[in-house]
This record gives sequence, structure tokens and C-alpha cells, in this order.
Amino acid sequence: MSSAKDVTDASFEADVLNSDKPIMVDFWAEWCGPCRAVSPILDKIAEENAEKLSIVKLNVDDNPVTAEKYGITSIPAMYVFKNGEVVKRVIGAKPKPALEADLAEFLA
Amino acid sequence: MRQIVIIGSGPAGYTAAIYAARANLKPLVIASSVEFGGELMKTTEVENFPGFPDGIMGPDLMIKMQAQAERFGAEIVYDDVVKLELAGEVKKIHLGDGSVEEALTVIYATGSEYRKLGLEDETRLSGYGVSWCATCDGAFFKQKKVAVIGGGDSALEEATFLTRFADVVYLVHRRDALRASAAMQDRAFADPKIEMLWNQGVAHIYGDEKVTGIGLVSTVDGTETTLDVQGMFVAIGADPRTHLVHGQLDLTDVGTIAVDGRSSRTNLAGVFAAGDVVDPTYKQAITAAGSGTVAALDAEHYLADLPAELLARAVAVPA
Repeated sequence: MSSAKDVTDASFEADVLNSDKPIMVDFWAEWCGPCRAVSPILDKIAEENAEKLSIVKLNVDDNPVTAEKYGITSIPAMYVFKNGEVVKRVIGAKPKPALEADLAEFLA
Repeated sequence: MRQIVIIGSGPAGYTAAIYAARANLKPLVIASSVEFGGELMKTTEVENFPGFPDGIMGPDLMIKMQAQAERFGAEIVYDDVVKLELAGEVKKIHLGDGSVEEALTVIYATGSEYRKLGLEDETRLSGYGVSWCATCDGAFFKQKKVAVIGGGDSALEEATFLTRFADVVYLVHRRDALRASAAMQDRAFADPKIEMLWNQGVAHIYGDEKVTGIGLVSTVDGTETTLDVQGMFVAIGADPRTHLVHGQLDLTDVGTIAVDGRSSRTNLAGVFAAGDVVDPTYKQAITAAGSGTVAALDAEHYLADLPAELLARAVAVPA
């Protein structure tokens, strides 16, 4: 079970768009094997970088409005938001070093 | 040092682990950090694996194989191999976290990876309409038009699965006949949502932020057409995943790892290969599992002939 907080269509604005620090949203679904694979890796990255980057999860089946709004067509999709804007997109499950490289600017 | 390290966690890797663990060889399985369980993790219902008359979900089958290996003492590591030193008596396996495992034998069962079309925009639009996995991404194409590229069983499986969501599924194939099995062809031809586009290759993928269409070119007369689709699923086969062993293990003409006859023995003593990485022909879960069995038994026989002092070193140092 992931330790990341769940965000929803209803809470997206408050939790993500109004976040005062960079926040990454992991768009996922129950049926997505690669999502399950990457989830513990994201937990680890969040734990190791707690003061720099928050990581939250959004279930695309339960929250179709947000998934549609950001044009999600492949999951896991990991979007970093800063001041309400998407500033980084990472798609697909990747090993921890590869994800850390993708997210380097937010973890430094 | 280990007696045996197994690289890969598909049906070949886990079956090898079950046999090696039951032989008290305490195998370590390097399962990969994100692709553990192999190809079946991306499938839905598996209907042709013996012993499951009602079918079983691919990921469930892999979790059961893993549990069976662990029951007999196999250890699983969720990391990736970044470098291998396979020559010599003691093999070195370098992992993504910087650690190094040593082993007397290695079973290499890394499977295969999807082939790409090789188009300029394919990687850029990957995840934005270009996909290799209908079961992963199909649900995002409700009431959309999509194209599946390919003509084998996996292409037809993807096309049939996508009809659950998409309004129209074009099957784009370079020839005028399919390689897929008769059962799969019958199912696809009977499906009103699947439209066949014969003798067509993909020349372009269009779209700035996401796929808006693809450009087709006739393989017969070169005529170019544009197909209005929001998704393109590539299913043109897979290549054996051998980049870690280039220059160390001999390969066949078709790029699989060369093994001695019906055995799993590679050109290096103590190194065995199993599963899709040695199989250019059958590529089934059950043939991979059988191949994993062969590799575990070959490794067991090899270990039995090693000098006692070398074996003692492997047994004496636990992980």
C-alpha cells in the first residue's frame, strides 16, 4: 500500500494547484501493472526528498475529469506541478535512478 | 558468493528459481525494478497455461510463480542489472544500487523488448497516443479511433481488446495476409469495429502535443494516405534483450543467445540462458517455463562437478 496521499477531482485545486511547493501527481489505476511497480519507488523518492517535493496519487478511474483535463493517455503518468502549472511530465514506470534523473531539478 | 543468480523474473526466471530452490541452491533472482514478472504483467486473461481451465490473469500467474519460488527459499531483489562479468569461475553481477553480487552460475532470462517502428516522432509521442500496451492504455481511448500496427497474434489481441473502448480499430499490416493464428483471425474478422488496412506501412506520426493521425504508405504502389486516429498501438514483434551480454555471449543470426543443442549452455562455462532470450520461434509462457527448468537442471549439474573448495565458498557466505 502506498504511503502517498490520494487527491481527487474535488481536491485537486486545493491540494495540487494551490500547493506552495513543487508537487508531483502520480496518475494511476488499479488495473495498471506498471503503476503498481513504480508506486513503491515513488514512495521512496518522496521519503528521501520530503522537504523538496511532495508526491500524491490520483486514481484516473475515480477522477476522470482531472485525467481528461491533463490529456492522460498512458499510465503511470507522473506530472510535476509548480504554481498551478505542469512543469514536468514523466511517463511510464522506470527504475529509481532513471526517475531521479528525470526529476533532478526538483530534488536538488 | 551465491551458487546461482537468476537474471529475469518472467516464467523462465521464476521456473528456474523454483527448481534451483528445491535443489537447495538458494537462488537469488534479480527481478528488475519496474519490469518484474515480465511480459505477462501487461496481459489480462491467460487461457492457454495448463492447469488453469478457467484461465488466469497474467499478473496473478506471475505472483503465484514468485510465491512458489519463495516458498522453497528463493530470494528476490527488485533491482536492475547494469553490468555483467561472466567470464571466469566467479561471475560478477553489478546492480543499479551499486552493489555487486558474485555467483558460480548465472541463468540469463531477460526476455525480449518491444520492437519500435523507428519513426522520428515515435519516441516523442510515446505516452501521448503512441503505445505498446493496449491493456495498459486502451481505456484512455473511449469513443476514439485507434490504429494497431502489426499482423501477428499480439497485434490481433491488442486490436480485439481495444474494441472494448474505441469506436474504430484499424489494423494496419504491411502484407495482404496475417501471421496470426486462425482462431485470432476469425475473432478479428468477425468484429464490426475492426477494419483491416492491408499492404500499408506507417511513414509518419502526426501531432504536436498528442497523436492526431498517422501517415500510411502503400507497400504495393507507394500511394500515401492519412489516417485520422488519436492512438497508435505498435505490435510488430519483440527483440531478445541481450545488450548486457554483447561481447560476452555468442548470439545466433536472429539475435537470440546461442545455446548448445537442446540445453541452456552458452559459450561461457557456468552461464545458462532461458526463455524468450533464446527462443526466436515459440515465445510462449509455457515454453519459457520449460526452458527455465532446463537451465536450472543444467546449472545444478554444472555445480555438482565444481571443486569442493569453490562450492564451499559459495555456501559459506550467506547474503
